[in-house]
Amino acid sequence: MSDKVNETTLIILIICLALLGLVTFFMIFLAVRYRRKKNPDPEDISGSLPLEIAWTVIPTILVFIMFWYGWVNFKVMRTVPENAFNINVTARMWSWSFEYPDGFKTPTLMVPAGKPVNLDIISEDVLHSLFIPAFKIKEDAVPGMHTRLWFTAPSPGEYTIFCSEYCGQGHSSMLSKVIAMTEDEFAAWYQTRKDEATGRRAGEEASQVLKKHGCLDCHTTDGSALTGPSFKGIYGKKIMVISSGKERELTADEAYLRKSVLDPDSDIAKGYPDIMPSFKDEIPENELKDIINYIKELK
Amino acid sequence: MGTDFHTNTEGRKGISSWIFSTDHKRIGLLYLYSILGFFLTGVVIGLLMRLELIAPGKTIVSARTYDSLFTLHGIIMIFFFIIPGVPASLGNFLLPLQIGARDVAFPRINLLSWWLYMIAGITAISTIFLPGGPPDTGWTFYPPYSIRTPTNVSVAAFAAFIIGFSSILTGLNFITTIHRLRAPGMTWMRMPLFTWTLYSTAWVQILATPVIAITLLLLILERAFGTGFFDPSKGGDPLMFEHLFWIYSHPAVYVMILPAMGIISEIVPTFSRKTVFGYRAIVFSGLTIATLGYVVWGHHMFTSGMSDVSNMVFSFITFAVAVPSGIKVFNWIATMYKGSVEVKPPMLYAFAFIFLFSIGGLTGLINSAVATNIHIHGTFFIVAHFHYTMFGGAGFAFFAGLHYWFPKMTGRMYNFRASTVACITLFIGFNVLYFPMFLLGWQGMPRRYYDYPPEFHWNNLISTLGSWILAAGLLIMFTNLARALFKGEKAGNNPWDGTTLEWQTTSPPPHENFAEIPVVTQGPYSRKREGQETGDR
Repeated sequence: MSDKVNETTLIILIICLALLGLVTFFMIFLAVRYRRKKNPDPEDISGSLPLEIAWTVIPTILVFIMFWYGWVNFKVMRTVPENAFNINVTARMWSWSFEYPDGFKTPTLMVPAGKPVNLDIISEDVLHSLFIPAFKIKEDAVPGMHTRLWFTAPSPGEYTIFCSEYCGQGHSSMLSKVIAMTEDEFAAWYQTRKDEATGRRAGEEASQVLKKHGCLDCHTTDGSALTGPSFKGIYGKKIMVISSGKERELTADEAYLRKSVLDPDSDIAKGYPDIMPSFKDEIPENELKDIINYIKELK
Repeated sequence: MGTDFHTNTEGRKGISSWIFSTDHKRIGLLYLYSILGFFLTGVVIGLLMRLELIAPGKTIVSARTYDSLFTLHGIIMIFFFIIPGVPASLGNFLLPLQIGARDVAFPRINLLSWWLYMIAGITAISTIFLPGGPPDTGWTFYPPYSIRTPTNVSVAAFAAFIIGFSSILTGLNFITTIHRLRAPGMTWMRMPLFTWTLYSTAWVQILATPVIAITLLLLILERAFGTGFFDPSKGGDPLMFEHLFWIYSHPAVYVMILPAMGIISEIVPTFSRKTVFGYRAIVFSGLTIATLGYVVWGHHMFTSGMSDVSNMVFSFITFAVAVPSGIKVFNWIATMYKGSVEVKPPMLYAFAFIFLFSIGGLTGLINSAVATNIHIHGTFFIVAHFHYTMFGGAGFAFFAGLHYWFPKMTGRMYNFRASTVACITLFIGFNVLYFPMFLLGWQGMPRRYYDYPPEFHWNNLISTLGSWILAAGLLIMFTNLARALFKGEKAGNNPWDGTTLEWQTTSPPPHENFAEIPVVTQGPYSRKREGQETGDR
């Protein structure tokens, strides 16, 4: 992708610099050459049709050449190769989630280097934009609408992902990265994650507890939001809460998780309704411990 | 007659002789002072933003405050400085003078426009003090974020809604004035070019502003009642807002730049002591820009998820609109050919305009190509680009016009050496401030960023240093003008040897502009007049 952008930019830049040079040169040259001291008597020249035609027609041709390059290279950037590997992207305030064909998700974008990757992008809340400067591409994440973007990571390595559509206070910290691996590495990594996702080795017992108490009716374990925030990744995260009508930021530590279960009204996660009942006396201490440990593991 | 408009108070006293005056010159100055007040507010906010970005991480303010700073900076600079900047202040003062009229067609509506402007301005500023705080959406108010945020978005949007009416009324007034009140003999092709650009601009103001008014009203309704026009969870579409917003806000860009181009078209012939090169070409290129300007809005949305066909069409028309802008630049420069050029302060500011606006316009071509736009959209490259066009372009032209017509408005002259120093300082400061932003954008730093990774540090640091140089330039410029206002020597009626009608009357002009309405017999920049004074100051 990057080379298509560079090629277009280079062509336009050369034309622009030439025009800027011409304009600046003539501006200074004429101002000096016809300065009042040297040329006190101006000549009355009111225009020249051939010149007007020249500087209308030539720039018109130039801009259409530039347009053409921009368009042709853009078409390449929009034509997804058939063998592209599909990944679904969800943007939300203020993190990214990447979902692979087998349903598991990661917060960083894992891709095989040298292979085209096609992203299907959507937002959960406000506008965001997925921007990978190294590949010189971006596309907005829009709620209620799927957008797409494809690229090929040229070589294994890490490439920064920025959000480039303003989305609130966390806009500049909504970072992630592309981690490109060799095809073999990627295949191995993918298999491991797939097994983990389908085997559900860890946390089996705690998830039964969650189900028993009806927690999963409002909270998910996969990062998506229902009535309440997802358990996934919440532990250790800085979150905004409403405490007796005032907004504040806190870190979701063990004490917070415990309080949220036993006294949910005191700190309400921002953006969610204040409807969770207290589970004091309902969930025994040993089960609560299991739940908290489970949430801690759920990264 | 005989007394100038500063001393003729139309029977009112003190401040009410200004705020209730229907004299277009008094209203023009009211606008000028209020606009400069908003400009300086915007400058201070901009300096704070640059200070915050001098190093990664928190420097002086929180992320929440920073978000409000760039929002207020945008709202103030765009709605309260650069859109009304030239037309409402210089335009109001000069339009009737340039066409040989005694006032605008509707003097009382003219006063109403200023009142609406002030009410809107105070409403916008009030968001700082209201519970909830100033808006944090960016001046673009994009939903769904603008619907969700608890800040005073509705109040700010309402301020923009009110100022829209001010803008529409000014446009209406100017169009009627130009159609009905031209002096005898002033045919369309004998109209000064500044008046021509005010005319094109006025049409854009009338036709495009209602679109933003209704859009902002829909946004306010959505915030108040959850109507769901733009919220997809209620069946709305955020892209619809983007389209509606830019259907106004792109033509608005030409409201900002066209009158600026008009100022340059006045200054270059005067200081070349020669008629303008290609008068008709400049007029028609201005009209072409105003017309094509309506249909390029989609270039703000190349990465929005809009269809590829739309991307192609908008890219194509955007490239086309570059041609008439180029034509103007070429004609200004050709005007100097075989002229008698004297680089006094207004001309120096005009040169700075031509250079900076050329960079702004030419980098616009990089933005217009869809393939390159995909990389630089939403980055500091765009921030650099529009500051080169809006500040380096419209802003510097405004300063040029201020220096050009200052002796006409006040009857006094400023110190040339100080204004030359100011112009050079501004020019250097401007480039140090904004050029690194091109590099930052190309490196990939998104705009509206409170914090940034260390690889962006150097360019941000240089940019912040530039902001201080620029501030010093502004300080010198405004001090010089303020001093001249009280202590400047008498300027005379026509210090620059200008040919347009405003130079035929006294400085400052009398209450109804002309002792006798002049009869126009030739083009605005023709020097074949009889009895023309030629002396230098």
